[in-house]
Amino acid sequence: MKFGVVVFPGSNCDQDCFYALNNVLEVPVNYIWHRNQNLEDYDCIVLPGGFSYGDYLRPGAIARFSPVIESVVNYVEKGGLVLGICNGFQILLEAGLLPGAMIKNESLKFVCRDIYLRVESTESPFTEDCEEGEILSMPVAHKDGNYFIDEENLIKLKERDQIVLRYVSSDGTENETGNPNGAIDNIAAITNRQRNVLGMMPHPERSVEKLLGSGSEDGLKLLLSAVSFIKERG
Amino acid sequence: MSSGQPSYKEYGLSRKEYEQIKNILSRKPNNLELALFGVMWSEHCSYKHSKKTLRLLPTEGKQVVVGPGENAGVVDIGDDLGIAMKVESHNHPSAVEPYQGAATGVGGIIRDIFTMGARPIGLLNSLRFGEFDQDRVPYLFNNVISGIADYGNCVGIPTVGGEVYFEGAYAGNPLVNVMCVGVVKKNEVMLGTAGQPGNIVLAAGAATGRDGIQGASFASEELGEDTEEDRPAVQVGDPFLEKLLIEATLEAFSTDAVIGIQDMGAAGLTSSSCEMAARSGVGMELDLLSLPLRDENIEPWEIMLSESQERMLIVCEEERVDEIKSVYNKWDLEAEVIGRVTDDGQLRIKKGKDTLAEVPARFLADDAPEYDPPAKRPEYLDKVENFSHHQLDLEKNKNYSNILLKLISRPNIISRSWIYEQFDHMVRNNTVLLPGSDAAVLRIKGTDKAAALAMDGNGRYCYADPREGARLSVFEAARNVVCSGACPLAVTDCLNFGSPENPEIFWQFKESVKGIGEACRELGISVISGNVSFYNESRSQAVYPTPVIGMLGVIDDVNNYTDRAFKNPGDIIVLCGKTKGHLGSSEYLKMIQEDENVYYPPSIDCEKELKLHELILDAVKSNIINSAHDCSDGGLATALSECCLSGSLGAKLDIKIDGMPPEAYLFGEDQSRIIISLNERDLDDFKMLARRYNIDLTLLGHVCSKPRLVIGNYIDLFLEEMNDKWSKNFADLPS
Amino acid sequence: MWKVEVIVRLKQNLLDPQGKAVEGAMNNLGYVDIENVRAGKFFEFDLTSSLERKSAELKADDICSKLLANPVIEDYNFTLTEVL
Repeated sequence: MKFGVVVFPGSNCDQDCFYALNNVLEVPVNYIWHRNQNLEDYDCIVLPGGFSYGDYLRPGAIARFSPVIESVVNYVEKGGLVLGICNGFQILLEAGLLPGAMIKNESLKFVCRDIYLRVESTESPFTEDCEEGEILSMPVAHKDGNYFIDEENLIKLKERDQIVLRYVSSDGTENETGNPNGAIDNIAAITNRQRNVLGMMPHPERSVEKLLGSGSEDGLKLLLSAVSFIKERG
Repeated sequence: MSSGQPSYKEYGLSRKEYEQIKNILSRKPNNLELALFGVMWSEHCSYKHSKKTLRLLPTEGKQVVVGPGENAGVVDIGDDLGIAMKVESHNHPSAVEPYQGAATGVGGIIRDIFTMGARPIGLLNSLRFGEFDQDRVPYLFNNVISGIADYGNCVGIPTVGGEVYFEGAYAGNPLVNVMCVGVVKKNEVMLGTAGQPGNIVLAAGAATGRDGIQGASFASEELGEDTEEDRPAVQVGDPFLEKLLIEATLEAFSTDAVIGIQDMGAAGLTSSSCEMAARSGVGMELDLLSLPLRDENIEPWEIMLSESQERMLIVCEEERVDEIKSVYNKWDLEAEVIGRVTDDGQLRIKKGKDTLAEVPARFLADDAPEYDPPAKRPEYLDKVENFSHHQLDLEKNKNYSNILLKLISRPNIISRSWIYEQFDHMVRNNTVLLPGSDAAVLRIKGTDKAAALAMDGNGRYCYADPREGARLSVFEAARNVVCSGACPLAVTDCLNFGSPENPEIFWQFKESVKGIGEACRELGISVISGNVSFYNESRSQAVYPTPVIGMLGVIDDVNNYTDRAFKNPGDIIVLCGKTKGHLGSSEYLKMIQEDENVYYPPSIDCEKELKLHELILDAVKSNIINSAHDCSDGGLATALSECCLSGSLGAKLDIKIDGMPPEAYLFGEDQSRIIISLNERDLDDFKMLARRYNIDLTLLGHVCSKPRLVIGNYIDLFLEEMNDKWSKNFADLPS
Repeated sequence: MWKVEVIVRLKQNLLDPQGKAVEGAMNNLGYVDIENVRAGKFFEFDLTSSLERKSAELKADDICSKLLANPVIEDYNFTLTEVL
């Protein structure tokens, strides 16, 4: 089994993703430089958070033209697993690998805090070890996490069970306080139709050790889910 | 530029300094050379008014790996690791353009850290503005916060702590102090050395443009009426480029090809080149034709004085130039050879074949005259008194609950969550303790340790008593890291004052430095780096003398740390230390005061304070306390409120106030007091420790699940109504 | 050579918090007769190869649709001015 964490100029959370996979989950993981186009041996590609290309133009708009993304598109077509976290999610959207787009947080401010998520679908390799309706806690840290998709395509997302995680309050209800950025329908994470690509704004890699922050290890659940999916797939 | 005779005054030099330059050169300096001296001998670069006084600070302890004089200080934390630490001020640029001023302040201090070979792991900031409802203050405040947030977040370094204060004395002269810490292997510390003659000099990072021309000299003058027109003197930061620079530079270090490196900060290429050369007793020759430029028409003096951000000066052996270049190119950065190290001790600026300037590097870098400005005790100090309880309106039936609510709604006290939620404080996965406690705690990967960090200052205390106020600031910062379970280890200080040419202000400066020195010696710690910012005044109203202390403490076992929030209903709440009801210079007094009088700040018993530290550290190590929070702004009642609100738990305190007015007890800011909470079963052990260290304990009461704060018959408030006031967004404050 | 100026706008149906904030600020300054503020982006660049207007327009359009605007949320328009 091998995970790959892509590094773009400006990625910040690549080292955190690496650490979570290597030191906490203890799975083999490599860095993949953005100019590298060989993704053959990888079981899962992670596009980490950060500010690729400074978020200049639009978050992810320049990174999506990196050589590695071309390979990611092929990799996805062949059924490879891809996890896009925060900036990674933004890159997947700009590259058209996931539907919709990100705009600025409703507050117009960067928001870094712990939030609650409700598992809406366990049909994804990243949530198959979770229970539907389960509440998870992990941090967000972004200025452009306000997910947008038009009416017609939002209906399709719902019909096809592509919404994987929603923002909720601590008691599991959807409301304004639970949503940190104004995302439509409180959407925090979505998957593509094939279900091999997941994009999420919250940071699971920051939620793998009791020692840090709020002490939640819920991020581990998502990563371990993927690990067991890969093992089962053989 | 005027042709003919260069006027030394235009370059900010005095007649005496000009004569000195003529003497050393044995000729008249040309325009370019005058510009070089003008900037290097400016206050900002040469510290000519403060150097002598700064020698009073203790800078050499056995744990100091690198003291003041390099880009940042480094202190040994064991496990073969060092922590690089420094604080910088960007006060004047932030007054003119708060967003970029603050952003570039962050950029500059980060460069000082990674230039030492250290991976930056955290940022803190200390900010001061006029009263929140004063003109322009919300604008300055919002933009400074955005500037710091956008830069720090983009660059991927967590901003984990700091302080913000609003006080009339800073209107028109905001203080923006930024601190950065990094981790480095002791045997991999990089210095700003030029090594041997024959070495090659490279410029890496951004191209050079007209940014911040004469920014250094600019900072040495008071802000006048037409400052808004001075925008060209403001630098613009590119945090993306800085991020690339960090990664490329740390990667370059790992090749072992870099002999010396310095970031181009104040006075850009001039300061970095002459300082590196001077340190090694060699010379440097630079060819301006080789330097990557953003502007075709830029003049040589503009190139030498440019403060374009995100540039590094690197020295390496000739054989390794290509290696270094390829590392930077990989990160899409330029690294160009711009000169070489010579053996003649001169800084020689050439343009192709023409020599434009030639001056002794050491003379330029180190020999700026040192001044011992006159210092005169300010007259206003004669009127400073002790605040007496008799001055309080002692009418019995005060509504202390309402008073507390008013106090915790003040901008100097309310929750700072609106601020720190704009900072990514978790990136890099080291943040053990989230912002909102007394200190930030960052684990050090690869060890069992953690670093605790705090920034503290108190301008009001220092105005009333510069020496004692400075001393109190150091102890406050130390107490804050102690409250997280860390032993204070090193200080970086940012000294913010008015004009040193005013003898009264210079007296305040000297006294403050003495106070810092005393406190550091009493604590047994060293000042490993720092920054002086003078001329923080406009229309002759100077800021309060405001030394800001950046404190580093080390926690030996990262699993044994504390924070201030109450944890468990039933836990006993204990006050360590004595309450005397000192209201002079307090936040409460400021709230109710109608006169303009100045009152002495609280005093401190240094021995008691040190014993208190030992008590808390011992208790944390033995794992017998559940929370710790020191009493400072707003006194005991405020501190208790903070413990409750942070933990979302109530408290019932059976206090009967005796021998002083209730408000003196509740809101006085006596020093050396820490509130702890612990499980009842650990109380006897804690009492034993307290006896050993001879610390007075007062059992105040216990933590409750009911969300109410009850303090005797004086205060009875629901957490909800307190939170309503305390958690107000800064955005919603009346302005 | 062509001088290209591009305006990128948020699609009409999208909420524009930035525009709203700016509108509030205008109102606070006393301009109470201002409505419907929308914030967008402006780009300018030189197209240095010598092309006919039609080809230059195609190229500019390509750049806009592929990079400068995100067609999911943004519309764009541009003008070309010949520089001799």
